[in-house]
Amino acid sequence: MTAFLTIIIVLFIAIAIWQMVKIFDLAQVGSDNGQVATDRDNTINGYLMMGFLIFIYVITILSFWYLGDLPLMSNSASEHGPQIDNLMIISMVIIFIVQTFTQFLLHYFAYKYKGEKGKKALFYADNNTLEAIWTFIPVVVLAGLIIYGLFTWSSIMNIDETEDPIVVELYAQQFNWKARYAGEDNTLGMANVRLIDIDRANILGLDESDPNAQDDIITTELHLPVGKPVLFKMRSQDVLHSAYMPHFRAQMNCVPGMITQFGFTPTITTAEMRENPDIIEKVANINALRKERREEIEAKGQELTYEFDYLLLCNKICGKSHYNMQMKIVVETEEEYQAWLSQQQTFKNSLVK
Amino acid sequence: MSAHADTHAHDDHGHHHKETFVTKYIFSQDHKMIAKQYLITGTIMGVIGVLMSLMFRMQIAWPEEPNVLFEALLGKWAPDGVMDADIYLALVTIHGTIMVFFVLTAGLSGTFSNLLIPLQIGARDMASGFLNMVSYWLFFVSSVVMVISLFVEAGPAAAGWTIYPPLSAVELAQGGSGMGMTLWLVSMAIFIASSLLGSLNYIVTVINLRTKGMSMTRLPLTIWAFFVTAVIGVISFPVLLSAALLLIMDRSFGTSFFLSDIFIQGEVLHYQGGSPVLFEHLFWFLGHPEVYIVLLPALGITSEIIATNSRKPIFGYRAMVMSILAIAFLSTIVWGHHMFISGMNPFLGSVFTFTTLLIAIPSAVKAFNYITTLWKGNLQMNPAMLFSIGLVSTFITGGLTGIILGDSALDINVHDTYFVVAHFHLVMGISALYGMFAGIYHWFPKMYGRMLNKNLGYLHFWVTAICAYGVFFPMHFIGMAGLPRRYYTNSNFPLFDDTANANVVITMFAVVGGIFQLVFLYNFFSSIFFGKKAVQNPWRSNTLEWTAPVEHFHGNWEGEIPHVYRWAYDYSKPGHDEDFVPQNVPMKEGEEELHH
Repeated sequence: MTAFLTIIIVLFIAIAIWQMVKIFDLAQVGSDNGQVATDRDNTINGYLMMGFLIFIYVITILSFWYLGDLPLMSNSASEHGPQIDNLMIISMVIIFIVQTFTQFLLHYFAYKYKGEKGKKALFYADNNTLEAIWTFIPVVVLAGLIIYGLFTWSSIMNIDETEDPIVVELYAQQFNWKARYAGEDNTLGMANVRLIDIDRANILGLDESDPNAQDDIITTELHLPVGKPVLFKMRSQDVLHSAYMPHFRAQMNCVPGMITQFGFTPTITTAEMRENPDIIEKVANINALRKERREEIEAKGQELTYEFDYLLLCNKICGKSHYNMQMKIVVETEEEYQAWLSQQQTFKNSLVK
Repeated sequence: MSAHADTHAHDDHGHHHKETFVTKYIFSQDHKMIAKQYLITGTIMGVIGVLMSLMFRMQIAWPEEPNVLFEALLGKWAPDGVMDADIYLALVTIHGTIMVFFVLTAGLSGTFSNLLIPLQIGARDMASGFLNMVSYWLFFVSSVVMVISLFVEAGPAAAGWTIYPPLSAVELAQGGSGMGMTLWLVSMAIFIASSLLGSLNYIVTVINLRTKGMSMTRLPLTIWAFFVTAVIGVISFPVLLSAALLLIMDRSFGTSFFLSDIFIQGEVLHYQGGSPVLFEHLFWFLGHPEVYIVLLPALGITSEIIATNSRKPIFGYRAMVMSILAIAFLSTIVWGHHMFISGMNPFLGSVFTFTTLLIAIPSAVKAFNYITTLWKGNLQMNPAMLFSIGLVSTFITGGLTGIILGDSALDINVHDTYFVVAHFHLVMGISALYGMFAGIYHWFPKMYGRMLNKNLGYLHFWVTAICAYGVFFPMHFIGMAGLPRRYYTNSNFPLFDDTANANVVITMFAVVGGIFQLVFLYNFFSSIFFGKKAVQNPWRSNTLEWTAPVEHFHGNWEGEIPHVYRWAYDYSKPGHDEDFVPQNVPMKEGEEELHH
């Protein structure tokens, strides 16, 4: 019944708009029925073009003002993060210069050269010098960006294994994450989804006969020691997922049937990040907003007060609960990390005998 | 010239044909009627696609709140008016599919290639009227199948419009990957067949049926754009078809092209040795050129409309043609920029970064040429002109952020966030939609013999323009804050709570913009019947379609087809009294053809 009423109401609203438009339409009859722009139309729309230019600038400024704390262009928590951030800032500056300039020309010309009866346009069909200029300038700018980008990319993606990184497997399944630490030997045991044995708690399909697998440690939280390179090996058991760690400027898809990898070095511990003035401000802002929505949040059984944590998010559509596939990341000192790790069960001991 | 002889053979054709209602309005072989059929079908699909986007935008702004609209339209998928998470993904998926393929490929190319290719090159009809008719009806069938797929028990396809396996391949992964996905694949296979028949027809027609004097260098830029679009379509759509067929085999016949080592809901599946990354390669081999299949016709339309309404030649005709060709070529070798973090070799990522950023060069040339065309013009601000200027504006704004997304190092952190959504909606979605609107406002008199109401056109443009920026400009920023796309709700991430208000604002702009499309629909449908009668050449344009009489008949021109003596852009040429010189006016003595 409600559904029916809603459809009726929506229908009435649509009819009302339709009728209003019709009245608006009929009111124009007689004034000018040509339906081709007149000088008056040209003038009005010329001014509106300038108005629109201002609108574009205003919305740009407002977006920066209200949304421009851009948490992803500063406060990166990994060694390669500032490289990406610098490139991002350079690109953004170029974009905004070009955007401001070209939008101005476009809308200003639309205003300046608005049509008048009897005026004749300039017959100006080509100019090779101009064409060369606006081919050459983008070539130079882009060449710079490409070279900078490629150096950044290859320095991020080429993992230096001689630095002896900690090897951690990120294991994705609908709809949660697991981490597997390689243990004492820093070598992950062999694994395949065909070896999964839920009854024996072999949930990641480790090869029980592989000596390297015995000391592996499977956890539901990701802890990383600060300042040590980490090499992630990604695996998925069902569909595509993407391991997105925005604070570390890191992301890689998890693909069933293959192992993908990404490496970085965390540089700021969770505790240090919580003391960062930008983050304090952001958290305070979020908590103020959450207070306004207190009832809704408590009804859901969530904590009202938000405390900053690094997160691993799923960022590749993976099914119904894609929107809630996350894992907490804790970056801590070497001692804290070792203490945490020693409390975890090794694979050998976690199996149900 | 053989083309010339051909057109003569056609001469007797149109006039003595007795047309019944069925052959005239339903199984018509007349390109003008087929164009209208494409337009109306595309418009209906567009209404469905936009309505879906409004629904999921409301869900994002007011997550998990009961909404009477959901209850009314989604039925069992919105118990008590609260949208279900599965149907959210389905809405996102089908919105993308419908808008990209059914509206902006078939609705845009199908309408204007069909209408304009024969009329602007001076031909009686397409090379094969019959194939053209088959092409439309295949499109119609694929639309029907797609709409039917919305009503299946387990829900429509919900794996995103990119339908990456295994999510799209394994029914256990998602309800929508059952019957819904089967129908999606069937619909797309039929759609691709339709698109190929259309494209081949366009190519053959442009190559063979040009009237006397219409050399390739005198073609209007619209035709260049449609022609190159058709070529890209013929190259890339078959690859999507093969990807779809292989996916069907994996789904139904137990092959393992894209699947390997899957454990889901407690069982190990038999698949072994396939790779989802292979599917991504095949998909984006079409998927990226598809962006230009959508965009190039819009740019072609814009070139024509900006020149006509500026009363000036398009600036740099040859550069415009070269940049269309360059974009077309580059578009087929950049697909990997959708896959920087898919697990493919990082070296490939470097190659694709290089080729991708190169596309910015021809794009910049086009943007500056448009702007220079306006310079010292005598701009006639018809609604079509406003939409064309709007297109240049969104093409610049959206295109610039491509520099960030095409750069593999930067893509790591904004991949699959709202930054991407904002980027491609502006640069291809809104731009192509503006191109389509511009085309409709400009050629409505040609299609229906009547004029659209210009004041409603102005209202439509200004509200749409403001809302489009209102929706997509702030969206870049919440993307840079790391908000992933395709999340049913962000309420499980307090981290993103400070983007919630922006999302409400965005949704409001979207709803207002969506509602104001009713102004256009009213204008369109009422003007078909009650619009002011059009004169033959209302915009005082140079191209050949305006030399044909207002009333339609199969064959386009009575008597002989006009011959062409000059390019399409002799606007305000010195030495002529009028500020336009149609292509069929012979050169005066001593007059030079300037653009060579």
